[in-house]
Amino acid sequence: MGAGSWRLYVAVAAGGFRRYATYRVATAAGVFTNTVFGLILVYTYLALWDEKPQLGGYDQAQATTYVWLGQALLAALAIGGGGMENELMERIRTGDIAVDLYRPADLQLRWLAEDVGRALFQLLGRGLLPFVFGSLFFPVALPREVSVWAAFLLAVALAMLVGFALRYLVALSAFWLLDGTGVSQMAWIAGLFCSGMLLPLNVFPGAFGEVVRVLPWSSLLQGPADVLLGEADPLGVFAFQAAWAVALLAVGRLVQSVATRRVVVQGG
Amino acid sequence: MAELETETETETAAEAGAGAGAGAFIELDGVEKVFDVRKKTGFLKRERRQVRAVDGLSFTVSRGEMVGYIGPNGAGKSTTIKMLTGILTPSGGRLRVAGIDPSRERTRLAHRIGVVFGQRTTLWWDLPLIDSYRLMHRMYRIPDARYRENLDRCVELLQLGELLDVPVRQLSLGQRMRGDIAAALLHDPDVLYLDEPTIGLDVVSKAKVRGFLRDLNAERGTTVLLTTHDLQDIEQLCSRVMVIDHGRLMYDGPLDGLHEAGESERTLVVDLERELPPIDAPEPARVVRVEGPRQWLAFPASASAAGLVARVAERYPLVDLSVREPDIEAVIAKMYAERAGA
Repeated sequence: MGAGSWRLYVAVAAGGFRRYATYRVATAAGVFTNTVFGLILVYTYLALWDEKPQLGGYDQAQATTYVWLGQALLAALAIGGGGMENELMERIRTGDIAVDLYRPADLQLRWLAEDVGRALFQLLGRGLLPFVFGSLFFPVALPREVSVWAAFLLAVALAMLVGFALRYLVALSAFWLLDGTGVSQMAWIAGLFCSGMLLPLNVFPGAFGEVVRVLPWSSLLQGPADVLLGEADPLGVFAFQAAWAVALLAVGRLVQSVATRRVVVQGG
Repeated sequence: MAELETETETETAAEAGAGAGAGAFIELDGVEKVFDVRKKTGFLKRERRQVRAVDGLSFTVSRGEMVGYIGPNGAGKSTTIKMLTGILTPSGGRLRVAGIDPSRERTRLAHRIGVVFGQRTTLWWDLPLIDSYRLMHRMYRIPDARYRENLDRCVELLQLGELLDVPVRQLSLGQRMRGDIAAALLHDPDVLYLDEPTIGLDVVSKAKVRGFLRDLNAERGTTVLLTTHDLQDIEQLCSRVMVIDHGRLMYDGPLDGLHEAGESERTLVVDLERELPPIDAPEPARVVRVEGPRQWLAFPASASAAGLVARVAERYPLVDLSVREPDIEAVIAKMYAERAGA
C-alpha cells in the first residue's frame, strides 16, 4: 500500500455505485418489492404486538420502525444475497480470477471498495423510498437528535464491513467447491434469520436468543436498529461490530492467501 | 504527487536500461510445472497422479521481438503464460521477465506487462468503456499526461472514439477485443502477452487487430508473445514461431522452417462432373480421399497449386475447385508423431 492507492479504491467504489445505477428498471422493481414486503411484515408485526405489547422491549411504533429500517437496509447490506459474492464466485469458477490476480491491486480491498459503492447506491436508490413511505403512512419512532442519526449512520457503515466480510468468505469457498450455490443459499437463509430481518433478535428467548445475538449477523440489522431506536449503547454496538469486522476480514485475508497460493501452486 | 511520479518514472527508466543490457528479455531455463491430479478410483480411494504440464522448457525472447507461441490444446501454452505473469509458480527451473522473478514479485512485474485473454474480458461489463480505462489509470498509477497520450493513441489507432461511452456489454466481440487491447497498453508495458487475440473475430476485425499489433511492435518496440490457433496471425505478425507440445518445445525458428520441419501439405479439393476413379495426379501430389465426384489431392505446402490445377483441368472434367491451407494443428500433430516414432 503506497501513496495514491486510495485513489484506485475510490475509483473502484465509484464504479461499483455506477454499475448498479445503470439498471433503473431493476432499481424501481426493487423499491416496489421492498415496499410490498414491508407492508406484509408491518401488518404481521402489528398483529403480533397487539397480542404481546412490549415484545422484545419494543413498543408498536418501534416495531414498525424496525420493519421499515430492515427494508431500507436489506439490499444495501445484501442480507438476502445480491452483493459482490455472486460475481466473485463466477470469476473463480470460470477462471477469470486469474486476470484479477496479476493486477497490482489487493483482491480483498478491491472487492470491498466495489461492494461499498454498490451498498451506497442500494441504500440511496433502493432503501430510502420504502423507508420514507413507511414513515409517512405508519406510526414510527424516529429520533430528533442529529447525534443519534450520526451514530446510526456509523453503525450502518460498520454493518457494511461485517456484511462484506461474511459474503467474501462465502465467495472464496468457490475455490474449493465446484458449485457454490449451496453455500450461498445457506448463507442467505442464515443472513435473513440471524440478522433479525424476519423478527427482531430481541424477541428470541433463552439460550437461543443469547447465541443469535452474539453471532456476526446481528451486526447487520439488529445493531444499527437498536442505535436508531435508542435501545442500546452506541459505543457497545460499535465495538461489537468492529470486533466482528476485524476478525472476519482477517479470516478472509487468511483464506484468500491460502486460496491464491493453492491456485498459484496447483493451477486454476 | 508530482514529485512521486517523477521518481517512479526514473526508477522505470533505470530498470528498462538494465533489462536492455541483459539482452534476453524473457528467459526460461529448464522450467517445469507439475500438477498433482487426484483421481477417484474407488468409493473412497483416490489415486494421486502427477501431470507435467510444462516439462523442461527453455527459450529466450529478446526485447522487441514478436514471437508466435503455438501448440494444440493442453500443450502447456497457457500454463507458460500464467508462469510468465507470476500467477503460477514453476515447480522447477529458472524464469525471468525483465530481470524479475514473476512469481516472487508479481506486483512489481504487473507494471511492466500487459495481458490480453481473447476469451476473457478485463473490462467492466456494465459500464462505458472509458470507466475501465479510468480504473487502469488509477490501478497502474499512470501519470496523467502519459495516460492521456496513450489513451488518445489507442483510441485513434484502434478506432475506439465512438465506443468510449458505450457500456461494454453492448460492444460487439471485435469492438470489445480492441477495447481489451487498449486496456492492456495504457500503462506502457514492455511486454504484451496475447492469448488468442483474434478468436471469433470477423475478417475485418482481425485485420484491424493485426495491423495495430504490427505498428505497436514497430513503433514502440513492445515485445509480444502471441498464442493463437490462427496460422494467419502468425504469418502476418511473427518472424519467429515456437511450437510446444506435451510441455516441450518442438520447434523454435522461422515459420517457413516449420512447414518444412512438419512436411506440411496443402489440399486441393476438386469437384468433377461425375464420379471417376482417383485422379492420376503428377508427383508429388496424390489423391487422399474420394467421395462421389469430389476428390481431395494433397501436395507439399511449398509447391505451387497453379501447375497442379492446370494439369487436372486439362485432363479431367472440372466443375469447381478450392485450395485448403495446411492446418497448424495437423502440422504439429505430424511433427509430434515423427518425433515419437524416431
